[in-house]
Amino acid sequence: MTSAYEPWNEARGAEIIGEHAKLEGATLVILHALQEAFGYVPEPAIPMVAAALNLSRAEVHGVFTFYHDFRKAPAGRHVLKLCRAEACQAAGGDALAARAEAKLGIALGNTTADERVTLEPIYCLGLCATAPSGMLDGRIVGRLDEARLDALVKEAQR
Amino acid sequence: MTMRLFVPRDAGAIAVGANEVVAALELAAEQRGLRIEIVRTGSRGLYWLEPMVEVATAAGRVAFGPVSAADAASLLDAMAADGPHPLRLGTADDIPWLKRQTRLTFARCGVVDPRSVEDYRAHGGYKGLERALALSSDEILADVTASGLRGRGGAGFPTGIKWKTVAQASADCKYIVCNADEGDSGTFADRMIMEGDPFILIEGMTIAGITVGATKGYIYTRSEYPHAVEAMNAAIAAAKRAGYLGARIGGSTHDFDIEVRVGAGAYVCGEETSLLESLEGRRGIVRAKPPLPAHKGLFGRPTVINNVLSFAAIPFILDNGAKAYADFGMGRSRGTMPIQLAGNVKYGGLFETAFGITLGELVDEIGGGSFTGRPVRAVQVGGPLGAYFPRALFDTPFDYEAFAARDGLIGHGGIVVFDDSVDMRKQARFAMEFCAIESCGKCTPCRIGSTRGVETIEKIIRGERVAENLALVEDLCNTMKFGSLCALGGFTPYPVLSALKHFREDFGPAPARLQAAE
Repeated sequence: MTSAYEPWNEARGAEIIGEHAKLEGATLVILHALQEAFGYVPEPAIPMVAAALNLSRAEVHGVFTFYHDFRKAPAGRHVLKLCRAEACQAAGGDALAARAEAKLGIALGNTTADERVTLEPIYCLGLCATAPSGMLDGRIVGRLDEARLDALVKEAQR
Repeated sequence: MTMRLFVPRDAGAIAVGANEVVAALELAAEQRGLRIEIVRTGSRGLYWLEPMVEVATAAGRVAFGPVSAADAASLLDAMAADGPHPLRLGTADDIPWLKRQTRLTFARCGVVDPRSVEDYRAHGGYKGLERALALSSDEILADVTASGLRGRGGAGFPTGIKWKTVAQASADCKYIVCNADEGDSGTFADRMIMEGDPFILIEGMTIAGITVGATKGYIYTRSEYPHAVEAMNAAIAAAKRAGYLGARIGGSTHDFDIEVRVGAGAYVCGEETSLLESLEGRRGIVRAKPPLPAHKGLFGRPTVINNVLSFAAIPFILDNGAKAYADFGMGRSRGTMPIQLAGNVKYGGLFETAFGITLGELVDEIGGGSFTGRPVRAVQVGGPLGAYFPRALFDTPFDYEAFAARDGLIGHGGIVVFDDSVDMRKQARFAMEFCAIESCGKCTPCRIGSTRGVETIEKIIRGERVAENLALVEDLCNTMKFGSLCALGGFTPYPVLSALKHFREDFGPAPARLQAAE
């Protein structure tokens, strides 16, 4: 399977930055757009964003590192996020997270050695009445139990 | 004849298979030569019944749920014959859980097509704006103030006063900002509105715009809510096409436009000043107040910043009058609150009701207790910064002041239910850990205190000098409560201290002085 993302390309990066640079407070919008295209925010893009928005490189780096969403390196081929907030804890989420960690052999926040699966915590998908919940590559899943989690993990490993 | 079916496109329904149900229904209809039209609505908020499928009949919409893809064929047969089915729930409006509610804000959610301005108007939408356009700014302000509406994000600040401050400020440009950064665990009302009745939010923000003289609005929501972002953008485009956003809205002299902006996974951006920083494209670092956002908000301009539910309450108030809204509620908490029942609860979902209902009624009667069937031991009200309440306090009425009097808060109206398997030491530790993960880092009590809090609670869990460390945690909580700049550090002590106070038995033997006092 080939990656859903484009490889980093300076001209393409400049094009994406240019599309949004005129917006009020454009930094987050641009960082989101870059990550959507490349799967992460490539380091060479940071000074380009700074130049386009008339900011210092440090300011853009500061924004980039403040937010949990932005990646400095590509994630695994699939990203499995498990909600670790209170409503999902109350519904058995702790045990499911431990089960996913054991199945994949990695702790939350890591990627498997074969770079197939990144397992991450997420703090609330707003699916708290159908808890525990998770998200596989943007697809949301509620009422997780062991069987449904195992199926998700298996799907992610494919 | 074409059968008209309704299936939610709400994320909560999609997460439990609504899209698969739609595909199965379409396939089964084709196989049977049945003509069906499926309208994708929001959710009515009865999540234990999702995916809930409704069919239009002469007697009203009949509901079925929870439906799985495997039920599609038998469901269609039952619908076509108007016959019995094991999942048949009767007329949707007559489901007792729904009938018991007072739905002012959520009246249309789960009923209408969230992409259709026409459907919104057919169900009473935009009547509030029509009336507002015929009123002066002062008259609208008088209505909003008299309704008693208070900020539904959690702080409970009177909306009328906030709007008046912005209306009176003079500036070249003003902003309306909707705080849709619904990060509290156990809350999903904002998401439901954005996905199920987005025009009510657009209408409420538009009324705010014409009242205070702002022409630009932003909705700041979460990257964890992709379905809400999509629904909101679709609704904004539809409102623009219909002349309800853009230049000269509704044929008036007012211009107003709305743009959706998406956060990037920072919980603290739900705090209003941090949100404004983030909207401006910066790190979500909390600002010191004053100046208030009403004076110097987004890009230094006077800004109305309200929660989704506050804006969504406005159309009803303008349409039906302040009194119709204020007649509901108790004390200084007027109107209704969309309460969200979540976690380990049998009947979880959205329950909008007048203020004054007790916590016990909500958890035991409406929520039906835990879904595991074990006794309910604790409920956390108001998100990760809200207190844990034991059964002994279940007589607390849902009201801003009543919860404050018991060292808690109603926050954004989320109630997370835990059964008796809960370990309150773990919950107290998590509250500190979450604060440490999400702290913006500006003030010391929050940035350092939360990490020290995790370490100290871990010592208690390991049984190290329990009494001394408990005293230390209490002291630390006081420092955080009074020394933090915003509610993140300032309110993290609520879950920690309530766990210590009401569930002391989980933290090892009580200190000598407390034993003596008992």
